[in-house]
Amino acid sequence: MELFVQQVIAGISTGSIYACVALAVVMIYVAIGHLNFAQGEMAMFSTFIAWQLITWGVPYWVAFFLTIAISFVGGIVIERVIFKPLDNAPILSHVVMFIALLTIITSAAGFIWDFSIKTFPSPFGSAPLFGSSLISAHQAGMMAVTLLLLLALFFFFRYTRVGLALRASADNPVSARLVGIRVSWMIALGWGLATAIGAVAGMLVAPVVFLEPNMMLGILVYGFAGAVLGGLSSPGGAVLGGFLVGVIENLAGTFIPVIGGELKLTIALCIIVLVLVLKPGGLFGRATIQRV
Amino acid sequence: MSVNLEEAAEHPAVAADIETRPLGRDRMLKIVFGLLILVAAVVLPFVTKSFFVFQVTMVMIYAIAILGLNLLTGFNGQFSLGHAAFYAIGAYTAAILMDKAEVSYVWTLPVAGIVCFVFGFLFGLPALRLEGIYLALATFALSVATPQILKLSPLEHWTGGVQGIVIMKPDAPFGLPLNQDQWLYFFTLIVTALMFWMAHNLLRSRTGRAMMAIRDNPIASRSMGVNNSLYKATTFGISATYTGIAGALGAIVVQFVAPDSFTVVLSIALLVGLVVGGVGWIPGAFFGGLFVLFVPNIAESISKGLSGAFYGLILMFLVFIMPTGVAGFIALIRHKILRRGA
Repeated sequence: MELFVQQVIAGISTGSIYACVALAVVMIYVAIGHLNFAQGEMAMFSTFIAWQLITWGVPYWVAFFLTIAISFVGGIVIERVIFKPLDNAPILSHVVMFIALLTIITSAAGFIWDFSIKTFPSPFGSAPLFGSSLISAHQAGMMAVTLLLLLALFFFFRYTRVGLALRASADNPVSARLVGIRVSWMIALGWGLATAIGAVAGMLVAPVVFLEPNMMLGILVYGFAGAVLGGLSSPGGAVLGGFLVGVIENLAGTFIPVIGGELKLTIALCIIVLVLVLKPGGLFGRATIQRV
Repeated sequence: MSVNLEEAAEHPAVAADIETRPLGRDRMLKIVFGLLILVAAVVLPFVTKSFFVFQVTMVMIYAIAILGLNLLTGFNGQFSLGHAAFYAIGAYTAAILMDKAEVSYVWTLPVAGIVCFVFGFLFGLPALRLEGIYLALATFALSVATPQILKLSPLEHWTGGVQGIVIMKPDAPFGLPLNQDQWLYFFTLIVTALMFWMAHNLLRSRTGRAMMAIRDNPIASRSMGVNNSLYKATTFGISATYTGIAGALGAIVVQFVAPDSFTVVLSIALLVGLVVGGVGWIPGAFFGGLFVLFVPNIAESISKGLSGAFYGLILMFLVFIMPTGVAGFIALIRHKILRRGA
């Protein structure tokens, strides 16, 4: 039983990584109705920008917020330059563009900062929390930031005009335009927000998994799994889903012998397939019903 | 000739129809063109270096794999970012049969095809409930997980774990005066021709029409008596068969299989090849194969450090100038020429 409790707590602390990434995944899904396969790499690039700023001697929190601002603008620029002209292109073209973006970003990051593994500082320190070895101060801080972010998003979507406009234009672009919302700029704004959240996720994750151009691929799959589990249209669900994926992963790794360290990504695959088959809307998402 | 070009630009399948519509002079041109390609294909291995012969062999192999993906995506409307998994299953089936059971390489292909059909059909069943981006996501996860499954220690006796399996290159049979590369080239050429011929016939059959009906309008097709679920899962199986046979051929030609050759990068390359060649146009697979094999090399020759970035840029450029791939581009050119002639 003690082992079980320990593993659950350890799972929650890895889950906070996935929760963060899942939140970014859901954010862009709500804004543009697509899953961005380049999301992980964009977050990685933002994290490198933060690392560069910190190396130049900028204090951590200044670098933190500066990176968020740069990422926000960067996300908007990417949408305007690359995806706006493809507005009406088939979904496959979008997927291919995401892939092109992914290779460009990875290669550029490798070229600028090379492929060696770098450490990234944590603002919370890495000492164990309350003397317990299960969860470090950084991971506790990470959870706190994720929950704070979630709260901020909730208020943004629920109580601000822009948030409402954003949801409206994702939900029904034609009607949104008719009531005077500039849908195309709302999409750009969604990209900016998603990139900024991705940057936060990247900076929080980097002290744990270390910084290198390929750091996000595996994590992104877990993020997807968390987002699908919680429901792709629900930010709160995605965060909970991320924590659950962390717990499931740890428990399966401990109690099912073969899985151990070898099949961790397969667990994410199984979660995604099972959830999509059994409850496609996820735990908290709305089921999409098509009109015929 | 009355062709709605705008429609053709949006639906590559319409472009393909324009392509196949019999027109007197058009047909002549087609036969001449086909003969030229045939002569070039037969002469090629005798006049070029053996590395180039190997590269062209790989182009054909990728073309088969992309054709498999095209059957699924272009003609049945299902996405997949996970075809590297089926390519890997085909490759490992061939390698294990040759390494452990000493089966002749020729017989590994049908076995790989059958094994992949079963896996594809089974994966196609849960895929029935997924559409568009959800299916892309599930198959993406499959593709990311594949190398880990291949490295699994209980399977190591068969798969060779991280080391993979080395296999021998076959000699030309019947004392034909060909070296190994040339023989493999002709072997692949025969298999490729056979696979494309079968795909062509499949799409013109009752089954093919049902597949396309499901793509165009699932509800209408069901009300016409098509069993959507069965056809979609079967198409997944057939698609996996094509990609698996390509994987088996790839293993024989490269003489080596290892888990890290079948990462998500391969899945992505196949999808990119499909889009570049043209979704829903059979010959597009060859252009896709050319892209998959040669564009990364071109990007590398521009700049070693930034090869990935140049690959991405070339890809973006192609999507911008040819949104429907080579298929739409060729349809456009033909239309211009024909209009001038008329």
